[in-house]
Amino acid sequence: MARPRLPFEFLVALRFLREGRMQTALILLGVTGGVAVIVFLSQLIAQLQSTIIDRVLGSQAHVVVRPLEEVNLRARSDPASTAVIEPRAQRLRSIDQWEAIVKLAEDQTGVVAVSPVVSGPAFALRGRASKSVALLGIEPDRYRRIVKMDTYMVRGKFQVEGTNAIIGTELAKDLGVTVGDKVFLRAAGGRDELLQVTGLFDIGNKDLNRRWVFTTMKLAQSLLDLPGGVSNIDITVTDIFDASDVAARLQAGSGMTVDSWMTTNSQLLAALRNQSVSNNLIRSFVIIIVALGISSVLVVSVVQKQKEIGILRAMGTSSNRIMGVFLLQGALVGFVGALSGVGLAWALLQIFSTIYRTGDGAPIFEPQLDTGIALSAAGIALAVGVLAALIPARRAAKMDPVQAIRA
Amino acid sequence: MTPARSEAAGKPAIISMRGLRKSYGIGTPVETEVLHGIDADLAEGEFCALIGPSGSGKSTLLNLIGLLEPPTAGELSVAGQSTKGLNEQALTVLRGRHIGFVFQFHHLLPAFTALENVMMPAIIAHGVATAQDEAVAHDLLARVGLSSHEYKKAGQLSGGQQQRVAIARALSLSPRLILADEPTGNLDTHTADDIFALLREFNRERGSACLIVTHDPRLAARCDRRIELVDGRLAASTSVAEPA
Ligand SMILES: Nc1ncnc2c1ncn2[C@@H]1O[C@H](COP(=O)(O)OP(=O)(O)OP(=O)(O)O)[C@@H](O)[C@H]1O
Ligand SMILES: [Mg+2]
Repeated sequence: MARPRLPFEFLVALRFLREGRMQTALILLGVTGGVAVIVFLSQLIAQLQSTIIDRVLGSQAHVVVRPLEEVNLRARSDPASTAVIEPRAQRLRSIDQWEAIVKLAEDQTGVVAVSPVVSGPAFALRGRASKSVALLGIEPDRYRRIVKMDTYMVRGKFQVEGTNAIIGTELAKDLGVTVGDKVFLRAAGGRDELLQVTGLFDIGNKDLNRRWVFTTMKLAQSLLDLPGGVSNIDITVTDIFDASDVAARLQAGSGMTVDSWMTTNSQLLAALRNQSVSNNLIRSFVIIIVALGISSVLVVSVVQKQKEIGILRAMGTSSNRIMGVFLLQGALVGFVGALSGVGLAWALLQIFSTIYRTGDGAPIFEPQLDTGIALSAAGIALAVGVLAALIPARRAAKMDPVQAIRA
Repeated sequence: MTPARSEAAGKPAIISMRGLRKSYGIGTPVETEVLHGIDADLAEGEFCALIGPSGSGKSTLLNLIGLLEPPTAGELSVAGQSTKGLNEQALTVLRGRHIGFVFQFHHLLPAFTALENVMMPAIIAHGVATAQDEAVAHDLLARVGLSSHEYKKAGQLSGGQQQRVAIARALSLSPRLILADEPTGNLDTHTADDIFALLREFNRERGSACLIVTHDPRLAARCDRRIELVDGRLAASTSVAEPA
């Protein structure tokens, strides 16, 4: 009951920390703040980045194969999404041997899904309304693995057959149609067809909601005068940051133009990288400041504890164990600071996620804490605590016990 | 000048010093030799006073014997083991196992209770306090009359109480040698007598040898033997059996 249960080093380290109340409180505050800043920032940036990437890739294939001739045309437009819907002045061309290229793509490692697409410009007409649209002939079972259309469907299923069409909510509004209504579609070449609207989607992008019209491949081929052909092949990859490598390999293998989202969104990617660099910079500075804080407080503590160190040495404590006592103080401060820092970061996330919301009231980021981020921050704090304690601990170990006792 | 063969002849020496020298500031312009070759023995269980004027080197000699600093030259054996060539680790073990210290300014650990201070040598030696260590500590504190102060922080005790805790602490591992540097130096006469009596009692009872630095001739006279240092040299060694 009365006897201390802790091993020597823990007992003394804890008691020393407890004795230096103010200093210990200050340094714990410092570590807590540092860890909280790092965890909060990392979490925020990781979430925002993945949200941005999700948004960009939510309506876009990771990798797109196109016919060679499209290069000139495509040079004018940046994002693939607009490239797809851009009305083309030239006659549409099919990808040569596209079945072979689909096969080639499917055999690549890191490729999850492959979907041939027949796309081209058209006009949707109803009454006096006429809207320029992008006609997309797809196989739903393949395409839903490129763009998660099922999750975007507002009405009906993502299924097409015969003369069925699935259109976006904006186009439906513009034309004043809904599921069950008919829409007249005229392709640029003059071919036309009366389509039956069987589904409405909201992809979260007004422009696409206004322009995309899905039909069967066969119907699109005949409307766009591309018998048996496809205009592009969309591909999903396992690791999105692997997309440019997959694209390069496919380009070499097929001889077609192959682009990844990383090249079509190079500015976004550069911005994300810059963000990561500045986050790392902030992290490094915070770590250095926290380390200096721990170190200086412990150096002062070593001087203050000179007498106690001398007494402990006289009672048979080796200099290594004295060193251990101070290293442990660094570790304890780092560990406890990491725990409270992660807690504080969690609290900040809760608060900020309720304060900062998008226009429609949804939180900009989730109040969840990534275990990986929390654990690595805690690990860093522990390591920083021990490293910062190294200099004070060595000073304590070198301290002459006689000097302390004579004083 | 008596080469220090103790009167307790036949008993093995707990400390043996041969030509022990100590210099400070070696290699600097202020290099000074404080001890100029000390030859002396202390027998097991002996109760001995170390006397001499201020600055004569008493504390220095005690620190050498306590293995807190190394001699510049000469030989020192503690508990039959030569300390020559021992590294810090080995010296620490030897010190922890055989030597208990009582300092003039009691030097307790202020962040710990009286009981914890008394247990500390055992905690250091055993890594963690055992039930046995606790029982010993309770017992020792009872012996020095501080049972009711066990859970007070060291800083809350009076000077005399602190010195009694220090004595209990020095005894906690039943060392074969107790080194006391002016243990009664800053205590009133009455309290000093109490402390001295305690040391004497433990010496008789447990057979721990004691080497006590004191300026008090009254107390020195009550020791088995007196070793006198003058200017870093042994001036005299007198014992009760054969007074000088
Ligand atoms: N670290 C040191 N560096 C230089 N000189 C020292 C050092 N420690 C002690 N001395 C000197 O050694 C001499 C002996 O000191 P010591 O403390 O052993 O004397 P003492 O006999 O214990 O004196 P007192 O009775 O006053 O305690 C003194 O002259 C002192 O100045
Ligand atoms: Mg002295």
